[in-house]
Amino acid sequence: MLECVPESPVSHTTGKINPAKTCQPIGAMYAALGIHGCLPHSHGSQGCCAYHRMHLTRHFRDPVLASSSSFTEGASVFGGAANLKTSIKNVFTIYDPEVMAIHTTCLSETIGDDIPNIIKQAEIPEGKVVIHANTPSYAGSHITGFSNMCKAMVSYLAQTDGVDKKEQANILPGFVNPGDMREIRRIVSLLGIKLIMFPDTSGVLDSPLTSRYQMYPEGGATVAEIRDSGNSVVTLALGSFASHSAADILQEKCGVTGIPLKLPIGLKATDDFIMALKDWFGCEIPGDLTLERGQVIDTLIDTHFHYQGKTVAIFGDPDHVIAMTEFVLTMGMIPKYLLTGTPGKEFEATINTMLDEAGIQDRQVKAEGDLFDLHQWIREEKVDLMIGTTYGKYIARAEDIPLVRFGFPILDRAVHPLMPVVGYRGCLRLIEQISNALLERRDRDALDEDFELVL
Amino acid sequence: MEDSCSMPAGAVACIVERQDSILTAGESRARIHCADDSLAGSVSQRACVFCGARVVLNPVTDAVHLVHGPIGCATYTMDIRGSLSSGSELYRNSFSTDMQEKDVIFGGEKKLALCIDEVAEKYHPPAVFVYATCVSGMIGDDIIAVCKQASIRHGIEVIPVESSGFISGNKVVGYRAAAEALLRLIRPKEGETIEKTKKINFLGEYNLGGEKWLVERYLREMGIEINVAFTGDSTVAALKRAPSAYLNLVQCTGSMHWVATSLERSFGTPYMDVNFFGPENTAESLRKIAAFYADETISQRAELLIEREMARIRPELEKYRSKLRGKRAAIYVGGAYKAIAIIRQLRGLGMEIVLSGTQTGKQDEYESMGRMLSEGTIIIDDANPAELEKFLLEKKVDVMVGGVKERVLAYKLGIGFVDHNHDRKDGLAGFDGAIRFAREVYVTTCSPVWQQIRDPAFREVHS
Repeated sequence: MLECVPESPVSHTTGKINPAKTCQPIGAMYAALGIHGCLPHSHGSQGCCAYHRMHLTRHFRDPVLASSSSFTEGASVFGGAANLKTSIKNVFTIYDPEVMAIHTTCLSETIGDDIPNIIKQAEIPEGKVVIHANTPSYAGSHITGFSNMCKAMVSYLAQTDGVDKKEQANILPGFVNPGDMREIRRIVSLLGIKLIMFPDTSGVLDSPLTSRYQMYPEGGATVAEIRDSGNSVVTLALGSFASHSAADILQEKCGVTGIPLKLPIGLKATDDFIMALKDWFGCEIPGDLTLERGQVIDTLIDTHFHYQGKTVAIFGDPDHVIAMTEFVLTMGMIPKYLLTGTPGKEFEATINTMLDEAGIQDRQVKAEGDLFDLHQWIREEKVDLMIGTTYGKYIARAEDIPLVRFGFPILDRAVHPLMPVVGYRGCLRLIEQISNALLERRDRDALDEDFELVL
Repeated sequence: MEDSCSMPAGAVACIVERQDSILTAGESRARIHCADDSLAGSVSQRACVFCGARVVLNPVTDAVHLVHGPIGCATYTMDIRGSLSSGSELYRNSFSTDMQEKDVIFGGEKKLALCIDEVAEKYHPPAVFVYATCVSGMIGDDIIAVCKQASIRHGIEVIPVESSGFISGNKVVGYRAAAEALLRLIRPKEGETIEKTKKINFLGEYNLGGEKWLVERYLREMGIEINVAFTGDSTVAALKRAPSAYLNLVQCTGSMHWVATSLERSFGTPYMDVNFFGPENTAESLRKIAAFYADETISQRAELLIEREMARIRPELEKYRSKLRGKRAAIYVGGAYKAIAIIRQLRGLGMEIVLSGTQTGKQDEYESMGRMLSEGTIIIDDANPAELEKFLLEKKVDVMVGGVKERVLAYKLGIGFVDHNHDRKDGLAGFDGAIRFAREVYVTTCSPVWQQIRDPAFREVHS
């Protein structure tokens, strides 16, 4: 697809060419899957729901169920209220979830359906829960949609029982894989802290093969847990784009202190995460975690000469790119092109500050960009490595650059949703992937006389 | 809804309104209820009008495919079709107007015009297809007018595709929108006459895994040239020569019958249904084509080719047949023509079909499917996952042939899976495709990993 970018630089100002983002509803759908016993519901045309399920299935390689209001022309003219009411009735009769999490689409937003009002008028069986998030596809990105569904969980469900807070931490993990959520839980548990994590797709989208299909797998945060999050003493919100707003609402609504953090990807961000918990709860850092951290440092030194000074392009979701930029700086690499498709000035500001501190001048940082932008930068001056989603593979091939797959979506490789990139273990995995990508390239390009057994 | 779990035909529908969409072959004379809108609130596997239009048109290789709407519609359809190109790769890029809130409020026509200008100047494509989506249709953007003006401005074809998703929950409506766009593209200019040739058009062939190239080799050996395929590995210029064809072959009936009849009406080109899935279908189709030419040499060449290829693949297929004999298969695919072809192929491998369904099958297609299937086989229209799961388990299925959303469901149930949809990477058409298909069925049905589940020790742990 070399022809995507013309030989000489051209201006690209309107629309998107090879997007680096997708629309809000899929993020809302993913977040909703992190509630136990929840059926996400797409209030719009069937196509949206089918696309989101397909896309998530391709990334996670696990079944993704969601219902749709199945709009037709009539619903679009007369409004979607009747469709939604019928949907609510049908969903509980047929699929019997604990929770139905409705998100809107560009269509129902354009029509202007008043979702809270429709929910009020709908027949909801005793003990069942319906929540909703507005997720217009023409604003923000899938990360915005994820964040909006997290906000909905808080505003619909979180409650405070009184003045006394419980010695427990809420964790908003951000738009990460089930493997990451599992690892976050492990780390917090090692610290001996009780946690409520929501959404939590571990046990939902990384479920084992048992020859039995469970429509609602074991995992996911329960309604009771999310409700109880209002009683927690603190919320750690991981990732400013995906998690911070929900923590703000929780603070406002239930008085739970919110601590905004980066995604715990990389050494420094993991340290910050653990230290925040330590400082708040006054717990000891267990030997296991100290050991893991030590192993990361040891490995960084064992491998630093493989990647130090190499230039890298990082693209994908904002919270991921921000955290990864920090980690490659730790590793001594040079982040040169940093791009996200999601709009938001904070992305550029945060990364520019990090790069300024590191003294890296020769760089391009862009929010709301697309892969055409990235390709054009790379055409002008190449990098040694690309880190990002599957969509980068065309550029990687055209420009002959190794690509480390990272973030969402990864459609052409397996196992990644189970393997954490967060925490110290995540650091080891990233170091391995980054050095291997560069070393494979070195082996591939080496002349016979330079081909080495030991690297 | 207490009675929602029983139905007269013996099969069980999970939604009472869906009872008429499920039949059991041999047990009921009732007509299947199909081509209906999906129920609100159901977990349907169906897509939308835009999706249908996009899969038909996207393989036009040297065109820009510009999606006029919010970003999602373009992102989810970026290079998903698996259609291969022998030339331009432009179609694999994803172009979107990325409509924002202000475009929804004030109208997106201006942005659309700017986007067309930008891609026209950047890539100089011979054509730009502009796809309407839910929102652009809803707010009433006049994409026809914008396209017309842009076409004049740039001296290229700028073709509107009226594919607003909400028009219908049935992809077939999108196929029609795509067909209309194609006909608009190939309509000759006034006064222009296109001379007839002896070549054929191949309608409903998308060159997945190079399937068009495979059939092209057979036809070439018989002395017949393909004029252009709709739309696998096609170019705008080649499509414009479509009226010159001697005959139109129609493969994917769902998407292309309407085009074939229109071409017959406008240009007097006759059409013929063909099917290249499975060795028998392939042989039959080649014979039919040869017979149409009424040329002894072509028929002789066809017979030679069929004999040689059949002899070549027979031992290989026999190898797989010996492993697969008696295994139980389920089929759930997009269109009925494909389902019927797969039924024949699996039968040829000695397998038993216990479930067959489609997303977009038509009444008469279901009837012919029913006649092919033995008693007790479940026939289902627009299945939801709960229904599929139920029947897969009830019928003790060993392997399922379906699309991307069924894959993981089948696996979770401990059932093998073959993708016969956009995700297939190897061509499954023709004689070579028959071997690949058999290999895929074998690999997944007989994976040693299933042993890990069937092992009694495992069951104890999990029961």
